Amino acid sequence: MNAGIPKETAPHERRVAASPDTVQRLRKLGLDVLVQSGAGVESGFPDEVFIQAGARIVLDVRALYAESDLLLKVRPPTPAEADLVKPGAVVIGFFWPAQNKPLIERLAARKATVLAMDAVPRITRAQRMDALSAMANIAGYRAVLEAANHFDRFIPGQITAAGRAKPARVLVLGAGVAGLAAIAAARALGAVVSAFDTREAVREQVASLGASFIAFDFKEEGEGQGGYAKEMSAAYLAAEQALIATHAEQSDIVISTALIPGKPAPQLITSGAVVAMPEGSIIVDMAAEQGGNCPLTERDKVVVKHGVTIIGYTDLPSRMARQSSELYASTVTNLVESLFDKDKRFFIDVDDEIHRGALVLKDGALMWPPPARPKPAAPAPAPKVEVRSAPAGAAAHAAPNAPKKSGLGAQVALALLIVLFAAAGLFGPPEFLQHLTVFLLACVVGYHVVWSVTPALHTPLMSVTNAISGIILVGGMVSLGSHAGLIANVLAAVAILLAAINVAGGFLVTQRMLRMFRK
Amino acid sequence: MTLEFLGTLRGLAYLAAGMMFILSLRGLSTQESARRGNLLGILGMTLAVVITAAVFLFNVTGGQGGLSFDGPESSGTTTGLLAAALIGGGAIGAMLAARVAMTSMPELVAVLHSFVGAAAVLVGIATYLQPSGMEGARTIHLVEIYVGILVGAVTFSGSIIAFTKLRGIVGSRPLMLPGRHLLNLGLLVGSAVLGGLFLQAPGAEGLPYLLAMTALALVLGVHLVMAIGGGDMPVVVSLLNSYSGWAAAAAGFMLSNDLLIVTGALVGSSGAILSIIMCRAMNRSIWNVVFGGFGAAPPKKVAAGEAAPAGKVNETSVKEVASQLLAAKNVIIVPGYGMAVAQAQHAVKEISSLLIEKGVNVRYAIHPVAGRLPGHMNVLLAEANVSYEIVKEMEEINEDFAHTDMVLVIGANDIVNPSALDDPGSPIYGMPVLEVWKAARVVMLKRSMNAGYAGIDNPLAYRDNTFMLFGDARKSVTNLLTELRA
Repeated sequence: MNAGIPKETAPHERRVAASPDTVQRLRKLGLDVLVQSGAGVESGFPDEVFIQAGARIVLDVRALYAESDLLLKVRPPTPAEADLVKPGAVVIGFFWPAQNKPLIERLAARKATVLAMDAVPRITRAQRMDALSAMANIAGYRAVLEAANHFDRFIPGQITAAGRAKPARVLVLGAGVAGLAAIAAARALGAVVSAFDTREAVREQVASLGASFIAFDFKEEGEGQGGYAKEMSAAYLAAEQALIATHAEQSDIVISTALIPGKPAPQLITSGAVVAMPEGSIIVDMAAEQGGNCPLTERDKVVVKHGVTIIGYTDLPSRMARQSSELYASTVTNLVESLFDKDKRFFIDVDDEIHRGALVLKDGALMWPPPARPKPAAPAPAPKVEVRSAPAGAAAHAAPNAPKKSGLGAQVALALLIVLFAAAGLFGPPEFLQHLTVFLLACVVGYHVVWSVTPALHTPLMSVTNAISGIILVGGMVSLGSHAGLIANVLAAVAILLAAINVAGGFLVTQRMLRMFRK
Repeated sequence: MTLEFLGTLRGLAYLAAGMMFILSLRGLSTQESARRGNLLGILGMTLAVVITAAVFLFNVTGGQGGLSFDGPESSGTTTGLLAAALIGGGAIGAMLAARVAMTSMPELVAVLHSFVGAAAVLVGIATYLQPSGMEGARTIHLVEIYVGILVGAVTFSGSIIAFTKLRGIVGSRPLMLPGRHLLNLGLLVGSAVLGGLFLQAPGAEGLPYLLAMTALALVLGVHLVMAIGGGDMPVVVSLLNSYSGWAAAAAGFMLSNDLLIVTGALVGSSGAILSIIMCRAMNRSIWNVVFGGFGAAPPKKVAAGEAAPAGKVNETSVKEVASQLLAAKNVIIVPGYGMAVAQAQHAVKEISSLLIEKGVNVRYAIHPVAGRLPGHMNVLLAEANVSYEIVKEMEEINEDFAHTDMVLVIGANDIVNPSALDDPGSPIYGMPVLEVWKAARVVMLKRSMNAGYAGIDNPLAYRDNTFMLFGDARKSVTNLLTELRA
């Protein structure tokens, strides 16, 4: 089986899908590795180092495609390249299948099998194959350096004999992998960093890198399927823009990384916000490829608008081609290795979550998108009246606190109630129906009131309910009467005695307990 | 004052009392408002009793009826009885409340439940013996009485057994009679048959059937609770709490008294919810607790036992623990029933205050079913003056164990058992537990290597980062305190 590594042809693309290191690893799988001449030059890997690693250099791109059963790429193939793919070959690289339908169809015609690095699910086991994160990490780091390069002041604060320089204030929008990398890089340069993200869950990660977290208090849950941010409503976006504008005004550098998979990037930085930013400040719009987080961004360009330098590079990882190529090649090779079983046979396991997620085409048949996976299991909130969202179909132990009962039980109970009511109405005396109504309403009230009791007070709750269930005291008093006869009266009196113990004991012991609870 | 007016007044007073009870429970939702809640409950109860007593007494002077129910007539004897019962009962209750130790709260609660059950039975029988109130819908009235007594009797005997179990008079191991489900079913069918006969009997002649059924219900209550193990006691106690409410509600039905119905329903649903919360905390269904017992543990258990990391535990000393505690930044204390038994909560509090003074971040982690009563640990810690702000629920704190330098597990076992998460063969598999093993270091204070109430081995003890401090909890804690002060 031949593995082929062609030279990338996309403009500005300097990366390559293999490094000398990964060539050796591929060879250990029993693969013959073909590298197109000059494929690695811009990444700092001339042909010689590939030859030393055991690869065969192929001069002609056509010959390379024709011989490769397994093709490793970075960017999606161009239409011309797609037509060169050997029939039945396996192609691995970034594909963005949602945006590249025609390309996928072209490859389907070649009966190709396509695995998209961008579709590898973001699960713990697949972290070694997470090319997006690896690239985002580099991009975030590079974005800060690009900003620093255009920034005409010190980044760290300095007190010199000649005067004092304040540290640069950096605002990072979106605390995904790229955002976190940008935070770390900006902090390392000595900037004062704050970060904004709609997901409250990342607060801790932001804080752990030494940046302050800008919370956004707007009720709409931002955690999408598989850990990606999802799109928000218009009101939400407006509130978000307003908040960002106020923070951008006080920042020297804004690094924006907000992306929604398969959708245009959200416009977080309005033109108004840019106007309000101080003269000489910098915006690095890392979402430029998806339309940008700022309407003034121009793709692949550095422009100055309203005194603000806006950087719209889409090739940030490529600007560090050697590092990017090493890491990308490594993730690709990790995926390839997982495709070989113990006996070094190539095998795509459609039951494997990683393979299934990455699989776009299998022998020309469309496999994308993969069937939906259960949503991330949210930690069950403390008991409340609200219905909890139980992850559908998740393993039972994934959310042990989620109610297991289906709606069936409730429906049966409701049906029973209706029957009971009908029977009571038809056969019982009117007072009975009335009592039943009171009873059921009280049950509902009790249900709602008690759920709100904090668990710490469950013991006092028990003793209070105990005391008030001593209300049967009133029952005893009602039964007491001179017409009732001696036995009945004695029984009633004993009942009153017992209930009175309950009432006094219950209330007093609760009082005693509650007095102890203090801050 | 006319009787009609008195009747209206009574209706209004009952409504107010019912509202106050609801607000009383509502008040318990936070620590700040809890005391006000309790006061509202007292007020409601006082109001209800005073107005009922007033109606009772005014009937003497008022002469004719006119109230919406068959008004009881007071005489010297009955008034005396009432006064004696009220004052006597109140005094006994006050004494109990003042004397009980906080560690004995579960027993007190259980025994109080039994009183409600007994009162419901007695009121039921007294009502049946009364010649009046039997006109009109006799059958439905009799059914109300019958059901009220049934529920009351089960509550009574069940609570008595729960009390004896909690006291340790009866062993906490579940009693597994052969064919116990059939026995329960038989008792219920028997009660139903007796009920049929009871309804047929004219006048007060059904009394023997009623008493026979009461006996059956008492046996049922005993058997139901005997079959439940010590570790499930929080569920049982809350379930009995619920029953006592239903018993009161049933009494309300038989006496046509809406206040009793409302209050009973409140208490009943409260107890039911507590049972559900407890069951969820153990990842078991209520049926499993009530009817299954732990005897139904999967047979895999033996295999799992073999697979358990045999043998080696790390022992540590008081001295070592003390110096580690002082060096730690974050400490979490996990109290369990063992702490309650040893009455160690005060000494534990001293330790936590001392550490806090030295700048250590100390918190307590409470598992929902720690102890023998819902919220039991919270009460004990409150008694020891631990600020409730550092006492955290499991959900609040479980994620923090990973960033914790040291965890002190004091007399807890099953609630920190890692096999609940990773051993499908374990009988407690699936139960949410405090994930203490994620901390850098865990110190378990234990009397010996005995298993917990669920009767299962705890692999936590064999972990590399777990250190055992053997000995009586109170002694160990006191020694630790002395060492820390030194």
